[in-house]
Amino acid sequence: MLEIRNLHAAIGGNEILKGINLTVRKGEIHAIMGPNGSGKSTLAKVLAGHPQYEVTAGEVIYEGKNLLELSPDERAREGVFMAFQYPIEVPGVSNAQFLRLAYNEKRKHLGEEELDPLEFKDLLKERAKVVDMDASFMTRSVNEGFSGGEKKRNEILQMAVLEPKLAVLDETDSGLDIDALRVVAGGVNQLLTPDNAIIVVTHYQRLLNYIVPDYVHVLAGGRIAREGGKELALELESKGYDWITNPNVAGSANLNAAS
Amino acid sequence: MSTAELLSTQEYKYGFVTDIESDMIPRGLTEDTIRLIVEKKNEPEWMLEFRLKAFRHWLTMTEPKHWPNITYPDIDYQNIIYYSAPKQKATKASLDEVDPELLRTFEKLGIPLTEQKQLAGVAVDAVFDSVSVATTYKEKLKKHGVIFCSFTEAIKDYSELVKKYLGSVVPTNDNFFAALNSAVFSDGSFCFIPKGVRCPMELSTYFRINNSESGQFERTLIVAEEGSYVSYLEGCTAPKFDRNQLHAAVVELVALDDAQIKYSTVQNWYAGDEQGVGGIYNFVTKRGKCAGKNSKISWTQVETGSAITWKYPSCILQGDNSIGEFYSVALTNHAQQADTGTKMIHLGKNTRSTIISKGIAAGKSNNSYRGLVKVMPKAEGARNYTQCDSMLIGSSCGANTFPYIEVMNDSSSVEHEASTSKISEEQLFYLQQRGISQEDAVSLIINGFCKDVFLQLPMEFAVEATRLLGLKLEGSVG
Repeated sequence: MLEIRNLHAAIGGNEILKGINLTVRKGEIHAIMGPNGSGKSTLAKVLAGHPQYEVTAGEVIYEGKNLLELSPDERAREGVFMAFQYPIEVPGVSNAQFLRLAYNEKRKHLGEEELDPLEFKDLLKERAKVVDMDASFMTRSVNEGFSGGEKKRNEILQMAVLEPKLAVLDETDSGLDIDALRVVAGGVNQLLTPDNAIIVVTHYQRLLNYIVPDYVHVLAGGRIAREGGKELALELESKGYDWITNPNVAGSANLNAAS
Repeated sequence: MSTAELLSTQEYKYGFVTDIESDMIPRGLTEDTIRLIVEKKNEPEWMLEFRLKAFRHWLTMTEPKHWPNITYPDIDYQNIIYYSAPKQKATKASLDEVDPELLRTFEKLGIPLTEQKQLAGVAVDAVFDSVSVATTYKEKLKKHGVIFCSFTEAIKDYSELVKKYLGSVVPTNDNFFAALNSAVFSDGSFCFIPKGVRCPMELSTYFRINNSESGQFERTLIVAEEGSYVSYLEGCTAPKFDRNQLHAAVVELVALDDAQIKYSTVQNWYAGDEQGVGGIYNFVTKRGKCAGKNSKISWTQVETGSAITWKYPSCILQGDNSIGEFYSVALTNHAQQADTGTKMIHLGKNTRSTIISKGIAAGKSNNSYRGLVKVMPKAEGARNYTQCDSMLIGSSCGANTFPYIEVMNDSSSVEHEASTSKISEEQLFYLQQRGISQEDAVSLIINGFCKDVFLQLPMEFAVEATRLLGLKLEGSVG
């Protein structure tokens, strides 16, 4: 589904990604881990097409297409979804209005008929169960006045409505207490099917107790420094990132300490 | 798409010219011009006096060129045609006798006038250059005692009412453009809602400037008697010309005890081209007087057109407990300039006013809010809430806020909030990441920004306003 080859990307002339290779197939969950500044959020944003990042080398093939040639909205309509680390507020635009517009854009792209507000309301009500959000959230402005946890749940609600083929979750666990983490992770698990794939970007192993990855990739200095199965995340937790970035002082940091 | 490629021009779809023979008077403005207008319109002596008084005062006044935040070349007032009317039969027994070319023009503008096609629920007075060409639903309204007709007819048929209220809110010497209008106004709309009547339909006037050489000077007077209610809509368009036309209108509203007037405008005059060539100079005086206790006047305006907008729809809150409201969206793009806002003058006890202003500037445009809240000594317990928000699109435009607050007693409260924001790249990226195109994303953000104002518009107008903002901003963010 997704093939990243030798991907280099820079922001403001500063190279962050220095040759990423990654293959994601349908039905898989991949975790991207790494210390702060290793480039994991950059990878997520480059996949989504953030305008501030410049791809300086390499290619990304998604469903047989050159993903890097598509605008952010085209990528989204093709089924690429990114859950934002810091979801953006859109004052005066209701969640329902926003979601219906986004949903109908996708339907139009697929040559399907658009849903009217009433039809969409039913669909939204159904999908909202995934993250246990009540109706009052639908009439409120997008993310405005939402708590950190509500914003993250709202991201997963959008994912539930848009049913992406490839979902990239950028630090979806940051700022969540344990109950909210369970709800969000539970929502993501409900949305996984044999036909889609998820890339989970996270600093901490904690989230991976709930969203269990098939593969774990550890970034350091803009490259994948180590890869393995889910046990790699556990090993990281006990040994700390220093184990990878600076093998001589391994085991000095507890990954859960900061959470 | 690369960032900051600004502003492709959306075709102005109302830019066509109607080819029709006009009855025009020569250019220029003297007392003889005014006598000629009075003669053409067959007006009584008191109107001539009203006009001459205004004209003589106008001669002593100077154009307000310095305090507003706008610039434009000098207007040659002797080079304007002050009266231009499509040639047609003097008296029209029915709408079917209106020149078909005019009916076609209004139909093209989305305002069908013929009886078979009239808009349901909305009575329309259609003004073409200097004159009203048709008013729909007149008879139906009359059954409810509501008078809705052209100003010309009102002077003829309801002279006592006109005499009583004309100039009672905006005196002839109020300001330069109001004085000019009082001297030369050629037509407009008159509405009278009698005591206790809730006007059964929306009333509206549609203004169309067609002649490239003439100005439009119309007058609207709405009187709502005790306990009555009326909702009035105003729409405006003009053809594309590469020279500027002057539009200097005066609107007066009078609300007696317990009466309510809701006045909504969607202004889409031709705005000139990307370089600022052509477009309407919109210098308008609009004022309402809450003369009676518990009365309410509410202005809602969506200003998207005109090369220059200079207008401050205001409320004089004279009656105790009266309420004034001003909801405004002013959008400027390319080289447009707007200096617009309101005045809330609190005279009576416990009077309240609300001002919500949303300014959106794109291109090289300049968009200023200017507002006065004045609380007089006797206006005990008066309250005002003002919120002025500006949004900038791109980095070549400007937004300013000029609030003036004068409070002359201790028991009143005035609140003022202001904000300036930009459509951020992050906001656009977020919406695009959900599959929404960049243009739709801009439109969504702007409509969200304006929501508090759009909620005040009648349904059809709100839809029109939403669409209009989208069109005006097409391509404005890259």
